[in-house]
Amino acid sequence: MTSRLEFWQGNTACAEGALAAGCNFFGGYPITPSTEVAEHMAAKLPKKGGVFIQMEDEIASMASIIGASWTGARAMTATSGPGFSLMMENIGFAAMTETPCVVVNVQRGGPSTGQPTMSAQGDMMQVRFGSHGDYAIIALCPASVQEMYELTAKAFNLADKYRVPVFLMADETVGHMREKILVPDKVERVDRKPLAADALPFKADADLIPGFGQFGTGHHVHVTGLTHDERGYPATTNPKLHADLVKRLVDKIENARYDMADYDIINPDAHKVFVAYGGPVRTVQQVMHDRKDKDIGFLRIRTVWPFPEKALAAFKNAQAFFVPELNLGQMAREIERHVKVPVVSIPKLGGELHTPAELIAALEAKR
Amino acid sequence: MRNEIRFSGFGGQGIILSAVILGRAAVMYDNKFAVQTQVYGPEARGGASMSQVVIDDAEILYPKVANPDIYVIMSQEGFEKYGVGAPESAVMLVDSSLVHSRPKCRCIGIPATQEAKQTLKKDIVANIVMLGALVAATHIVSEESLKKAILDSVPKGTEDLNLKAMQLGLQLGKQP
Repeated sequence: MTSRLEFWQGNTACAEGALAAGCNFFGGYPITPSTEVAEHMAAKLPKKGGVFIQMEDEIASMASIIGASWTGARAMTATSGPGFSLMMENIGFAAMTETPCVVVNVQRGGPSTGQPTMSAQGDMMQVRFGSHGDYAIIALCPASVQEMYELTAKAFNLADKYRVPVFLMADETVGHMREKILVPDKVERVDRKPLAADALPFKADADLIPGFGQFGTGHHVHVTGLTHDERGYPATTNPKLHADLVKRLVDKIENARYDMADYDIINPDAHKVFVAYGGPVRTVQQVMHDRKDKDIGFLRIRTVWPFPEKALAAFKNAQAFFVPELNLGQMAREIERHVKVPVVSIPKLGGELHTPAELIAALEAKR
Repeated sequence: MRNEIRFSGFGGQGIILSAVILGRAAVMYDNKFAVQTQVYGPEARGGASMSQVVIDDAEILYPKVANPDIYVIMSQEGFEKYGVGAPESAVMLVDSSLVHSRPKCRCIGIPATQEAKQTLKKDIVANIVMLGALVAATHIVSEESLKKAILDSVPKGTEDLNLKAMQLGLQLGKQP
């Protein structure tokens, strides 16, 4: 496969990745530091026959992509913290109704309106648990402009395959920087499994995923956020039906975590191991490059949810895991659940990446 | 070889565009790696604007500028905020029509705004004059690559003006 060279901003690469993946609906509300995604889609999407709508807010933006998805569109939105909070109710609706869609969150400093122009990773738990009730989602974290493109395209495939909202959890650092990217001629496309002619619209197959009864294709589909039976009709007081439905919504993602897991294991024999995702990956890479020390390992994760916990076990000699994050240790706590050795959280708030020196200091402080 | 270049001036001079053009020249036409970042704060609206570029022959891992070795400063406030701490080993190009302070490092004064106004009748292209001078003084990218990146980046109808500005900068930057 050939590719072409570009010098793009991360947010541009995200929009271009979406276009390459066949995204044909964007509903959103501009917010720093994600605005360039919407700007680029507004300029490009209508020319490709797609629809761009600037909605009145992020509640409506999320609703719009859910509706578009049911008409068969590959639909996405892009936002940041305050908008992401507003989307939470409809994200739960998308999870409950098994609606494929892609939500880009270019994270900035929070809580509230916080630091609009600065970098953060403060929404990593919100993306997993922010809407009410039990459910599961998929979240991807890019660490380069190249990955802004590739993981956005991948997000659409995962959304369609698993019928779930998929999140590109970028950060301001990666969203706003410009760097070299090799843009592939085409990207892989995995489409939704269609609903068979005589099948019930919410009856899952062995993979726990029902066929998609797209509006306008001859099926009678009722889509509701209420607990529903396999026909899609509300059935809100049957304890077993509710338990089975919610368990399936979670299991279809959690059971498939290693089918979608995307991570790199570097120096698996090391005693000290970094774990990073998103922007901080770049600082760890710099430390690994400068130190050239086989005793420093690195688990670099792209699929943060569902969390690929088995990857931690690959570091059999690990005496401690070091987790630099642009938050107060959100994923460090998740990692703690899965390992028996100390987990050293290296939190950083304020909006800037850790420097290589800060990571080395954290390594050396732990003897 | 990693070079870190910091541009500063006031909002509206095209400081960010200068950095984007330089990064683009390095990546698209010089077969190098580059990362461009910028300060997005609200103070950039009319206040001191700042953008930085890392250029390297090898892949760039840590994307931020830690210790710039080349400075391009186009306003006094930009000097005071982003240029005054330049180490002695650095080289600084200042727009001598607008910056009256001088750093302790090697400094090349380029009367970019004044020359753009007098010679080209458009001070809006002062940033391109500075880019030309930067390339003449440091060879951070090739002249040909800079030219192509400028042509990629400027509005239609302004190509000649911008190329004249670049040539003016190349001459001013070559002066000892």
